[in-house]
Amino acid sequence: MSDALEVRGLQVAHGEKRVLRGIDLQVAPGEVCVLMGLSGAGKSTVLRSIGALQPFSAGTITVGDFRLSPGPLPRESRLRGLRSRVGMVFQAHSLFEHLTALENVTLAPVHALRWTRERAEEVALALLDGLGVAARAGAYPRELSGGEAQRVAIARALAPNPTMLLMDEPTSALDPARRGALGETLCGLARQGRGLLISTHDVDFARAHADRVVVLSEGVLVEEGPAADVLDRPSHAATRELLRGPGEAAPGSGIKG
Amino acid sequence: MSLPPRIVSIGTRFRRLAPLLAALLLASCSAAPSRHAPHPPLRWGGDAEGGAPFVEADPADPSRVRGFDVEIAGMIARGLGREPQFAQVAWASIEASVERGDFEVGMSGVEDRPELRARHAVSLPYFEFREVLAVRPGDRPRFRRLSDLAGRRVATLGGTTAYQMLLDEQARSGLVPVSYDDDVHPYADLVAGRVDAVLLDNIIADRSLRRTGGFVIQPEAAATGHYVAVFARSRTALRDSADAVLRARMRDGSLEKTFRAWGVWDDGQARYFRRVLAQATQRTASTKSVAGSVAAYVPALLRAAGVTLVLSCLAMALAVAAGLTVAAGRVYGPPLVRAALTVYVEVMRGTPVLLQLFVIYYGLSGLVRLPAFAAAVLGLGLNYAAYESEIYRAALEAIPRSQLEAGRTLGLSEGQILRLIRGPQALRLALAPMTNDFVALLKDSSLVSVITVVELTKQTAIFATNIGSWTLPGILCSLVYLAFSLPLSRFARGLERRWSSA
Repeated sequence: MSDALEVRGLQVAHGEKRVLRGIDLQVAPGEVCVLMGLSGAGKSTVLRSIGALQPFSAGTITVGDFRLSPGPLPRESRLRGLRSRVGMVFQAHSLFEHLTALENVTLAPVHALRWTRERAEEVALALLDGLGVAARAGAYPRELSGGEAQRVAIARALAPNPTMLLMDEPTSALDPARRGALGETLCGLARQGRGLLISTHDVDFARAHADRVVVLSEGVLVEEGPAADVLDRPSHAATRELLRGPGEAAPGSGIKG
Repeated sequence: MSLPPRIVSIGTRFRRLAPLLAALLLASCSAAPSRHAPHPPLRWGGDAEGGAPFVEADPADPSRVRGFDVEIAGMIARGLGREPQFAQVAWASIEASVERGDFEVGMSGVEDRPELRARHAVSLPYFEFREVLAVRPGDRPRFRRLSDLAGRRVATLGGTTAYQMLLDEQARSGLVPVSYDDDVHPYADLVAGRVDAVLLDNIIADRSLRRTGGFVIQPEAAATGHYVAVFARSRTALRDSADAVLRARMRDGSLEKTFRAWGVWDDGQARYFRRVLAQATQRTASTKSVAGSVAAYVPALLRAAGVTLVLSCLAMALAVAAGLTVAAGRVYGPPLVRAALTVYVEVMRGTPVLLQLFVIYYGLSGLVRLPAFAAAVLGLGLNYAAYESEIYRAALEAIPRSQLEAGRTLGLSEGQILRLIRGPQALRLALAPMTNDFVALLKDSSLVSVITVVELTKQTAIFATNIGSWTLPGILCSLVYLAFSLPLSRFARGLERRWSSA
């Protein structure tokens, strides 16, 4: 089986500003790949490009046998192959506020995939159960804790059974105990054969759960390898800066935030 | 009786300023003590918007007024050894103002009627007019009298004896009364075919025939009526003195001379004067009690309340539908569509809805001759659509973009995202301001009386003019509006509560 995800020479420009300057990236089925970098390094842009939420100017993105090309975003009707393969969990979970947890999960299967409501609810309850939030199926997003909301958002992204799951800063709103639990959950998803691409600047999370770490700095991929190698023996200045943690950025590093 | 074209043209608006100016100038002149007049001037109120031959601003000197009512007021004042002093007042407010003491005498084609006599002191009727029927020339043989007009639309001024006659005829033969705020548009709409006849004083009918033409006046009078001067109820002594002056001027021919000068003297008038002078006094007893008047008006008020409710609901339905379309166009449409819709919203919000109603009803009558009710729904609906669209646009844009992107990554189409995610949440945000707007629309619906739709406020005003008091009609009218708006607010609050706790 080919790579679950393959990114080649990805470039993104916002006007004069080159946000991504040629990124190469692969994620294999069953692999947890962690995309690291300081804020503004381009992590979210990589995820948004793969999710076809923003156009890119050069390179290719391939998921299974679906290929995204540079230029304006294709019509949604031509993105079906991507949508069924790539699930996405946003930083601020972005649950639909007017729907219950269960309805959030069943919305896409019922309306985009045309499943029957019974089948959609059966799959949704199984997913919520697997993520430990089945008891909250009837709750509205505002009634959920941050951890619960995130699990519902993961269930929602998994409902169409994608081969790739993209997550943007999943640990940012969680306390340390919950980060560990989330890591276990994500590793469980990878063991089912899914490829996971997770952006974070949480070094502990990456050390504990990543199979592979990719470090991004100013739109360039500067370091890549097994988590232990990259995080214990960093070879690039950007990685070392990342490891020093927040509030200790070297003066004059030129990287925002 | 004479009410002006309210807002017919800019010219009319300027004309409206003249009498005010006149009143100011006269007031400032009279402030200086006069050696020749030991008595204070006699303040009398009239409406110069009514125009000739009653009261009009003098074209040669717009700071002064002229007309037969002006001359008669002068005769009364001088007969009492005083100087006349004019005060401008809206015609419909003459009776209320004279009772408040704003001036001592009210005259401007004020019609003699039982309700007036029940509430105020009323002078000797000094002029007899005929209620005459105006019809299009082709209809002359078939519409001779009111009873020929069963099922037909007949126009007149609201709050007049003629309007009351039409209401009585409606009960008898099913004629459809159409009430106007001025005495120009009834004739314009007769010629345009919007109404089939106009019932008004012969003086006004003759004046319109000279000015615009295009119709004929049936010779047979539907009724006769009289113009009187009105005084505060307690001023019977002043009234009696004024009556003596009027009778003397009838006898010495001064009144005849004045009426001849203004072209309103005829044989009927001569016969009327002879009849008056033959009698010692002429008093018409009040036959209708106030309680009776109220009871008689309740069905009309309820009907008008129905008009207000149906009109508001239809206009709101149109506003919501058009508002949604405009909002969707402004959020999703291409730049050209967005720009065009922005212009629409700014024009509709930036100009008075009253003007829009006039344009739709009168301005477009050359292209489409809309019935008044349809024009009212269209005018209010299109105006409120601009406000609704802004509410929906703001509500649509308040839904976080990440939710829309989540919808896209889940494979939902743009239409599904709008229908399943963005729309339902935006609707909840829009609910409170929409309720607000509907309550505002209920009240703004009173504006459509300018295009002859008799809704609740207009019917109340007619009622109030007729019984000469605003107290009871005002309370009844307010209760009906509250009965509409309060449940609506409660319903909206309940819905909001349910959504926020669900």
